[in-house]
Amino acid sequence: METIETRKRTRRRASVAVRDCVACGCCVKVCPLGAISVRRGLYAEVSDRCVGCGRCAAECPASVITMVEDGTSGEVR
Amino acid sequence: MTEKKKWYDFLWVFSLFYLTMGFFNILFAWLGLICFFTPLLISIGGGKGYCNRLCGRGQLFSLLGGRFGLSRKKDIPRWMKSRAFRYGFLLFFLTMFSVMLWNTWLVFRGADLRQAVTLLWTFRLPWHWAYGGGAAPWVAQFAFGFYSVMLTSTILGLVTMVLFKPRSWCVYCPMGTMTQLVCQLKERASGGEGASQGFGG
Repeated sequence: METIETRKRTRRRASVAVRDCVACGCCVKVCPLGAISVRRGLYAEVSDRCVGCGRCAAECPASVITMVEDGTSGEVR
Repeated sequence: MTEKKKWYDFLWVFSLFYLTMGFFNILFAWLGLICFFTPLLISIGGGKGYCNRLCGRGQLFSLLGGRFGLSRKKDIPRWMKSRAFRYGFLLFFLTMFSVMLWNTWLVFRGADLRQAVTLLWTFRLPWHWAYGGGAAPWVAQFAFGFYSVMLTSTILGLVTMVLFKPRSWCVYCPMGTMTQLVCQLKERASGGEGASQGFGG
């Protein structure tokens, strides 16, 4: 059991601070997997396809995207 | 990205063309209305697709700050992304826009045409060499005024591009704030989740 626990890979994924998101879509443009989109012009939304490469976080002009370990919410409200 | 570039990935050329033409023939400034109405119409239709697809200015900042490395790529200060600042800047921008429209109206009513471009709402630069006549005075006045708005916002965008991330302008871009507001209002009207989460407040 312990072996399984230690072998389990922690996955990173993008998390958007929705309240501060300006919905410019710069993240959409740089995502290599098309895993992030702007939801109805309101804020960016991360899908399950995200592998946590961090390009969106680097690009985001408002710096509202952070990378979190999997299991935590993809959106911060 | 390895993805093939689309036609709209080259709209930065239009932006550059626009800014350049203003130095030669101010009447080209009227073309800027496209950048005013297109995002608004798109947001009314639903969404902010204009910002990341069609905005030539954003692409220009991306290019200069990203590929050409003219950006420190630092985080924008917290206050600059606050709603208070963004909405305040939008309000200020719209006020200055209204003043510009008022000046156009005055010229339409017979006031003298002022062949100048006002930078950063303060510095009036002589710009007579970009206008050889041929249009109604108010048409030219609007062109001078509109080009002032466009050049001023480009300068602000360039400054924040250098200081912060390439597309820092997008954070406080009045058009961006306005189109996001339109989307939020639409969401509220339709009773979507934006309404329950206090968007637009």
